[in-house]
Amino acid sequence: MSKNKTLLDIIGPSMIGPSSSHTAGACRIGLMAGRIFGSTIKRVDFTLYNSFAKTGFGHGTELALLAGVMGFYPDNPLLKDADKIAKENEIEFNFHYKADYSVHPNTVDISFLGEDEVKVTGASLGAGEICINKINGYKFDLRGDYTTLILIYKDAPGVVYRVTNLIQSQNVNIASMHCDRNAKGQVASMGIALDNEVSEYTLKKLSEINDMYFIRKLEKIV
Amino acid sequence: MDIKTFKELIDALNEAGTADIYSFVQKNEAEFLEISVEEFRRRVKNILNTMKEAVSNGLKTNELSKSGLSGENTALVKEAIEALKLDGARFSTLSPVQKKVIIYTLSVIEENARMGKIAACPTAGSCGIVPGVLIALGEELSLPNEKLVDALILAGIIGEIVSSKMALAGAVAGCQAECGVAAAMAAGAVCFILGGRNEDILNACALSLKNILGLTCDPVSGLVEVPCVKRNVFMAFNALVAAELSLFGVKSKIPLDDVVDAMKETGELMAVSLKESSEAGLAKTKTGIEIEKFLKEKFTR
Repeated sequence: MSKNKTLLDIIGPSMIGPSSSHTAGACRIGLMAGRIFGSTIKRVDFTLYNSFAKTGFGHGTELALLAGVMGFYPDNPLLKDADKIAKENEIEFNFHYKADYSVHPNTVDISFLGEDEVKVTGASLGAGEICINKINGYKFDLRGDYTTLILIYKDAPGVVYRVTNLIQSQNVNIASMHCDRNAKGQVASMGIALDNEVSEYTLKKLSEINDMYFIRKLEKIV
Repeated sequence: MDIKTFKELIDALNEAGTADIYSFVQKNEAEFLEISVEEFRRRVKNILNTMKEAVSNGLKTNELSKSGLSGENTALVKEAIEALKLDGARFSTLSPVQKKVIIYTLSVIEENARMGKIAACPTAGSCGIVPGVLIALGEELSLPNEKLVDALILAGIIGEIVSSKMALAGAVAGCQAECGVAAAMAAGAVCFILGGRNEDILNACALSLKNILGLTCDPVSGLVEVPCVKRNVFMAFNALVAAELSLFGVKSKIPLDDVVDAMKETGELMAVSLKESSEAGLAKTKTGIEIEKFLKEKFTR
């Protein structure tokens, strides 16, 4: 459960219906994924799993995902017209459906094509809460409740130290950190939730670290 | 806020020397969020505005939901009630405010089903109950907006304390945790508006909640429509009856904290097939299966 739940989350939030998991949660996954991709979308492919695939049509899950990747929030009434808006913006989109009970019932893979290719996997956990599990195959655990830095880099001794040292030198506190790698000495990933904002300077410095392949700063969305 | 039971809430209130639950709560919540009380109330007001817009948007249309399972009943009931006023063809057991509660609650929950904007109070599937009751009562009694904000804060803390013990999701405790909790929140808010003391308010919540124990979540085809739409209306009336009984002096033999514990235990004992998985109950009746099959064919991919 989100650490920041308050009374306002009980009497709200405002959202487009009908379902906090299948509509608002789907929109939030799209929103996070779109920001992780971070550039103009030419084509986006969604693969919906299990409950998302089975009941998505009646919950507007497809529209919510598409609205999210275009940057709409879960309370934006335009969510309902996401397919028309995507077409107007010449974004090609496709939906695929799969059953795979080894993943969370409300899971979606989102593959973006533009200047780069990025693949994001997320799940809607219930009550509007979401989790981004994977980016380009690397494990993450992003909830959207903190400003978060996402780094994918060549696994080498000292990188974690250099990154945290840089953040600390900017007087920014780290709330939590999640690291993963595919194999020793190959590619590693880091998700760092922050208590306050990092500057463009810090981002630039981070990107100067050797063999840093992918770097994004995600604003919190809840 | 670090208050986990209703007893703790009342103790904290007495210690602070505050008379009203809402004024104690708004101060605490504002402190937690590191904002002013004015800013906190402004945010509550924004949610209240979403609720009011949902009522008025839902009254303007009879558009069906994507599945076609709901969307027509607000207009249907509204017209039938108007006709009744004109021709008086039969006696109605409903008072003017009760009629409004039915129409407004339906309006919000149908607006939800057709992808309109609502406030998830406490969930999207139970979003009609608190606004339906509060806004109807506010209009009938010509209440100032600030009073509705007070009542909404009170409703909020009722839901928040319950949620500190159990997640408010059908998958966790069935519809108890959604429409049931919404009814208790609304019962407390109505009791407050009608002048109930703090003990009357919590008693109203206990009376309300005792009557939803065991409520399953078995929606047809997994959609927030059947039985959710009509259940919202019944739960709005649960809130009205609980508030009135409490104000008449009827006492719940089991206090609210104990009722919440019972609800949690009942939720844990409930089969997974009856907790938002649509694997039993209404979803798997002969007709429920037929509807599911029909929708699958309608939306083949």
